[in-house]
Amino acid sequence: MMEQLTLNLKKQIIEVLNLKHLTPEEIIDDQPLFGEGLGLDSIDALELIVLLQQQYNIRLADPQEGPKIFKSVNTMAEYIVAHQKP
Amino acid sequence: MLLFKEMQSIVPYCIIRNNKIWRNGGIIFEKHEVSLDDFMQEAYSTLKISYPRFYKMDRLSKLGFLAAEILLSGLQKKWEANQIGLVLSNSNSSLDTDIRYWDTVKTITSPSLFVYTLPNIVAGEICIRHGIKGENLFFVLPQFDAEWMTSYVDLLLISGRAKYGLAGWIDVQNDRADVFLYLTDQPIPATKLLELYHDGTVDA
Repeated sequence: MMEQLTLNLKKQIIEVLNLKHLTPEEIIDDQPLFGEGLGLDSIDALELIVLLQQQYNIRLADPQEGPKIFKSVNTMAEYIVAHQKP
Repeated sequence: MLLFKEMQSIVPYCIIRNNKIWRNGGIIFEKHEVSLDDFMQEAYSTLKISYPRFYKMDRLSKLGFLAAEILLSGLQKKWEANQIGLVLSNSNSSLDTDIRYWDTVKTITSPSLFVYTLPNIVAGEICIRHGIKGENLFFVLPQFDAEWMTSYVDLLLISGRAKYGLAGWIDVQNDRADVFLYLTDQPIPATKLLELYHDGTVDA
């Protein structure tokens, strides 16, 4: 289940952030999404918040949690599993 | 006096129109029967440009980026990025992206589209890419106005506020692109500029 979720997340990240030069296979599960990793910026962070809301119906209650949640695909997947309503 | 060695015309210029790209009067890329998005993507790949930020840009910025890339990267003469002033114009402002953004407002607004809902963002993208720190202006006009364009570029050059003017027209609406970008270090007669702007439409 987790494997499928991370794969879906990678596809969704590529789609919403227009990372069309990348394939899901090129995004490593624990690779940092910001900074030296995928090099995402603050606008991308907002798009990731929208992605959680649109695709997983999860609203980020505390924006301060952002850096922890969006550290990598793995941390995003863990957050989704922990907060998605059945 | 010619400024750039490889110049075939009065100034180096780039035109993107009707799924073709011209540089100094010669076609350097064309791809027919594809959408504008696919055309720009093909051009980006074919011209071997490597700049991942390109994928995030809206269509207006992609067009300006491609034109500036083609124009500036091919020059043999060294130019100082901080001595370039930008004077850009179009008639559709950022409407192409405004409409796409408005569609997202109905559900959850898109932050990445929102940042492109101003026409002068294309100037910012060009400046970021080429390290340009000079003045920049963006005018929304009914149509390409060579008199208007030359008057502002001349003012920048004659006043010494810029050594080079990167100027022209970058417009997109309904999958139709109309781009004319040129670089100069000297005043150009408006009639000559209008001639260059229409170059490329003859065989379109």
